[in-house]
Amino acid sequence: MAMDAKQLAEMKKVYSRPECLKDTIYHFCPGCNHGNVTRMVAEAIDEFGIKGRTIGVAGVGCCVFLYNYIDVDVMEAPHGRACAVATGINRVHPEKIVFTYQGDGDLAAIGLAETVHTANRGENITVIFVNNTVYGMTGGQMAPTTLLGQKSTTSPYGREFMGDGYPIKMAEMLATLEGAAFVARVACDTPKNLMQAKKAIKKAFKMQIDKMGFSFVEVLSACPTNWGMNPLDAYKRVDREMTPYFPLGIFKERTTADYL
Amino acid sequence: MKTEAKRLMRGSEAIGEAAIRSGCSCYFGYPITPQNELTEYMAKRMLETGRVFIQSESELAAINMVLGAAATGARVMTSSSSPGITLKQEGISFLASMELPCVIVNVMRGGPGLGNIAPSQSDYFQATRGGGHGDYRTIVLAPASVQELFDLTRDGFDLADEYRIPVIILADGMLGQMMEPLVLKDTPIAPEELPEKPWTLRGAKDRPSRFIRSLILDVNLEEEHNWRLYRKYQRIERREIRFEEYFTEGADMIVVAYGTAARIAKAAVKKCIEKNMRVGLIRPISLWPFPNEKILDLTKYAGHFMCFEMSMGQMVEDVRLAVQGKAEVSIYGRPGGVVPTPAELFRVISRTYNKILREKKA
Repeated sequence: MAMDAKQLAEMKKVYSRPECLKDTIYHFCPGCNHGNVTRMVAEAIDEFGIKGRTIGVAGVGCCVFLYNYIDVDVMEAPHGRACAVATGINRVHPEKIVFTYQGDGDLAAIGLAETVHTANRGENITVIFVNNTVYGMTGGQMAPTTLLGQKSTTSPYGREFMGDGYPIKMAEMLATLEGAAFVARVACDTPKNLMQAKKAIKKAFKMQIDKMGFSFVEVLSACPTNWGMNPLDAYKRVDREMTPYFPLGIFKERTTADYL
Repeated sequence: MKTEAKRLMRGSEAIGEAAIRSGCSCYFGYPITPQNELTEYMAKRMLETGRVFIQSESELAAINMVLGAAATGARVMTSSSSPGITLKQEGISFLASMELPCVIVNVMRGGPGLGNIAPSQSDYFQATRGGGHGDYRTIVLAPASVQELFDLTRDGFDLADEYRIPVIILADGMLGQMMEPLVLKDTPIAPEELPEKPWTLRGAKDRPSRFIRSLILDVNLEEEHNWRLYRKYQRIERREIRFEEYFTEGADMIVVAYGTAARIAKAAVKKCIEKNMRVGLIRPISLWPFPNEKILDLTKYAGHFMCFEMSMGQMVEDVRLAVQGKAEVSIYGRPGGVVPTPAELFRVISRTYNKILREKKA
């Protein structure tokens, strides 16, 4: 039903594109949660008003085109090295907000050493870690986070712990490190979880703004294309298969900074 | 700035002091012999001067910290020795593609593999051919004294900024460890005095956002990017060639050597001159760009070029290309970390020289 001018004037805008999210079409597949995560990061940057002093570091994989979406300065890192690149940037400019945006192959396989040591040094950066249990961009190969029994193009009979090892729990691992200030795992499968995810991402940036140290948010995400599922079934899989193994929650939250 | 007096300094520390006086604000390193003295010197001096020092978890991390710091416009340095430089090649390829300036020091040791910790020159190919994947070059400077370690490191920072390119200082265990008098003739510059670079990532405040990338999926754009880099490399080849000549004029035979090998060669050639042998020395200081034209020009005197390298012979390939078939080229190489004496080299030169004379008479 058409609205008259008066009704239109009375309407309040409650949801719109974040200022630092570029008006463009995502290259992500239908149902992929990268779009949600990218948007939540953009929202957090807007809400803290830190666009002019934020530098993003994109990992390699589906996250590599970060600069096409978030309207801040962006550096592309070699595969797995985003945390080292972010360390270099942040040490030169400690007053800037530096975040990395990485997938599971990038962060938990090839970049594991960089991630662990950056957390251990307590670098004052934020790491957004999208865990969808596969290498997405290269076509669905087994990742360190691929669940036991899960089929991928390089575990065609399903991942077996004998030979392939167990899926790596990054949030739990990093929470054991003294240098980590905030470690959380969230998911994107339901509106409720999305709201929790947003809260955690915002908290991570807040920790950095307050110079509390290394913040890490692992976001469980769906990859319908590489899982061979439609988006709805993929979200169900996040709930039924991923969250039992990768429990959601805050694993570490420091209330005072190391130097205080 | 007043000229400072002569001081006695270790080679690796001269590199470090040159970096400090060049306004280098970040150093990232990982322990490996024989370059630990440099990392240790930087650990002390960078913190003393309120700058950034990180001992990274690996050479990979160190070179990627270089990548991040360089993207913000800071002058930045890393150093390592042969096996560690191999690990850094990933980052060097990215630095080259992203056109990020930095100085990378390789204090070469014997190889391949872990090899040993003795001085060697077996990373010439790796340094002068890019080293990592892709079509690219880095400027490679080869010092032969403590003074030159200092001077070339200082120049290296300027060249890196001017051309937006990684600069490799190719030293070896001998140069790194030796102590020699050093004169600081330069005017030191502090990081905050350096001119602003217009392309850096420091946050999009009052300007559109920027990005620095190396992934260019469009083949036409990637080709264009490669051609642009190539034109830059051509410009460097035209303008940045450095070498030293020693008794080359009228020489029948010319020894070609760089770095530590050139010091040994110089002593051997000096002995040749004393014995009235017409032998000269050319010492390439820039290994890339290589002094091709100079060497070709010297074929007007010399019919024989003898390369002396502390490797099985790597630079010799460049010398062969440079002479364009107009002279004989031979190699005397001692790989594996062996440092021969001037006396040994003099014997080798004499043998070849006498053979040339005999052939000339015949």
